[in-house]
Amino acid sequence: MTKYIIKRLLIAIPVLIGITIFDFLLMNLAPGSPLDLMRNPMVSDMALELKAESLGLNQPIYLQYLQWMQELLHGNLGFSMITYQPVSSLIATHIGPTILLMGVSLLLGLFIAVPLGVLSATKRYSKVDYTAVTASFLSISIPSFFLALFLIYIFTVRLNWLPSSGMVTMGGEGGFLDVIQHMILPVTVLTVAVAGRNIRYVRSSMLEILEQDYLRTAKAKGVKKFFIINKHAMRNALIPIITVIGMEIPVVFGGAVIIEQIFSWPGMGLLTMSSILSRDYPTIMGLNLVAAIIVLTANLVTDIAYSVVNPEIKLQ
Amino acid sequence: MKVSQNNKIKGQRITENKSESNNDLKGLRKNQYSVTFLQKFSRHKLAVCGVFVLGIILICAIFAPLLAPYDPNEMVGAFGNAPDGSHLFGTDQIGRDILSRVIYGSRISLLVGFSSMAIGLVIGILLGLVSGYFGGWIDMVIMRVTDIVMSFPYIMLILVVASIVGPGLLNMIVILGFVNWPGAARLVRGNVLAIKEKDYIKAAQVQGFRINRILLSEILPNTLAPILIYATSGIAWAILDEAALSFLGFGVQQPTASLGNMLNGAQSLTVLTSQPWLWLPPGIAIILTVLSINFIGDALRDAL
Repeated sequence: MTKYIIKRLLIAIPVLIGITIFDFLLMNLAPGSPLDLMRNPMVSDMALELKAESLGLNQPIYLQYLQWMQELLHGNLGFSMITYQPVSSLIATHIGPTILLMGVSLLLGLFIAVPLGVLSATKRYSKVDYTAVTASFLSISIPSFFLALFLIYIFTVRLNWLPSSGMVTMGGEGGFLDVIQHMILPVTVLTVAVAGRNIRYVRSSMLEILEQDYLRTAKAKGVKKFFIINKHAMRNALIPIITVIGMEIPVVFGGAVIIEQIFSWPGMGLLTMSSILSRDYPTIMGLNLVAAIIVLTANLVTDIAYSVVNPEIKLQ
Repeated sequence: MKVSQNNKIKGQRITENKSESNNDLKGLRKNQYSVTFLQKFSRHKLAVCGVFVLGIILICAIFAPLLAPYDPNEMVGAFGNAPDGSHLFGTDQIGRDILSRVIYGSRISLLVGFSSMAIGLVIGILLGLVSGYFGGWIDMVIMRVTDIVMSFPYIMLILVVASIVGPGLLNMIVILGFVNWPGAARLVRGNVLAIKEKDYIKAAQVQGFRINRILLSEILPNTLAPILIYATSGIAWAILDEAALSFLGFGVQQPTASLGNMLNGAQSLTVLTSQPWLWLPPGIAIILTVLSINFIGDALRDAL
């Protein structure tokens, strides 16, 4: 197992380097150079050249990459071209709300998906099963932004119960309850998606386990059904759920970009959209990089956790 | 007693039917396979509904010019009128007929869904076949590239690329295609790894078949079922992604109607509150399309 963990870590290193190269190349492919934004009749060519030099834009691309990497290793992600703030501090102020939103939705989604999936599997082909499976299909077929608009229409516009934008009330006292109120709608949208994607996953994982011989043995021994399901079967059925968390993170991240935009949630998604609209390349690069590293780390951690709880996993 | 008799009769009838159909199809293994496939598929009532609904949507999309009551891009009525007799779903802010736009929009959505999946599948299948069959460093490199692409949150990556190459229908299809191949590549690779140790592949190798032939005529046909299932859900995702991107303004651009960019207007509060006919029809059209495709995919999983 230690061997597996070491191998897994070693694989992650080239991927990490690949991510930085990919991220860097992607931004260099962009046709609009950052200088274009400054280009206007009032700015002389000389000034543009000086600016290009100060930004290092006239060097060969691999040197630019190495320079960028060197700065990166010192924690410097560059400076926003719009606000001139360091990108790292921009991300630092926006990452909290995103993690809050994602974390709560992911947990809530799994808290709904696991019991429903287990119930659905143990009562296979019953009404409960059909309802749960159909609901999960429905929830993965609704575009998240449409659900968001629908919820805003009902709960904000019609009923006026919940706020639909921001994280705290403008000019209000703020506080814990205020944030919770603002979280309800976006979290609901993301939770529905997470739960929908995973109900069937838990169900099929549980169904697979229920057919195992050791459960037949337990049943033959006269173990009560409740214990068979909740103690013997569930433990093993939940192992694959660990990998689900790893797979969900990039998806929820992507979902958060759209949801944050709709609900003006001050997280990385909102920052991504605004920096894409203003072609703020250093910020886009930094955001992408941080997001990819979070995903990579999450995958690494879930893979290792999986190998720890499931001794069947060996070097492959 | 009566009940059991009834059951018996029923059971007999069923077995009779079965033996009849078996006799009919004796010697036609392929047909028999397709019959069991249809039987298994039609057991999923929702999937049968899905085929029906998707069929209607496909017909609407293909024959859009014949079916749409108005030109989708022309002003044909008052600004932002509620549904009435001449405009069944009402008109949008600049007087275009919503029903016609929904019909043409589903055409675009389906086009994006199918063609981007096709691009993704071609890339994914080729890389997956090569990676799984040859193994070694080729496999290592291809899989690490797959890991790299998959590390970037999907929507974020698409948004960034869309902002670089610019929005638009064709770009949208290409971007979605070039971003969704890693899933297919991993799937195909896994299947190839399982298949390549089989005896018939060994036999093909011993007979000295060319690599192309082994990969494309021996291995690929045996991985088609999982690929087909993957593709069905992939099309559903692609349609949702197109909708999301067009909604954010990075996808299909006005005046071309897509189901996503029709929803774009709903970001404004007045549209959201007082003109639900602007955003409910395209939204429901997306849900129906994607739901049908997902139900069909689920039934395929069982039947194939």
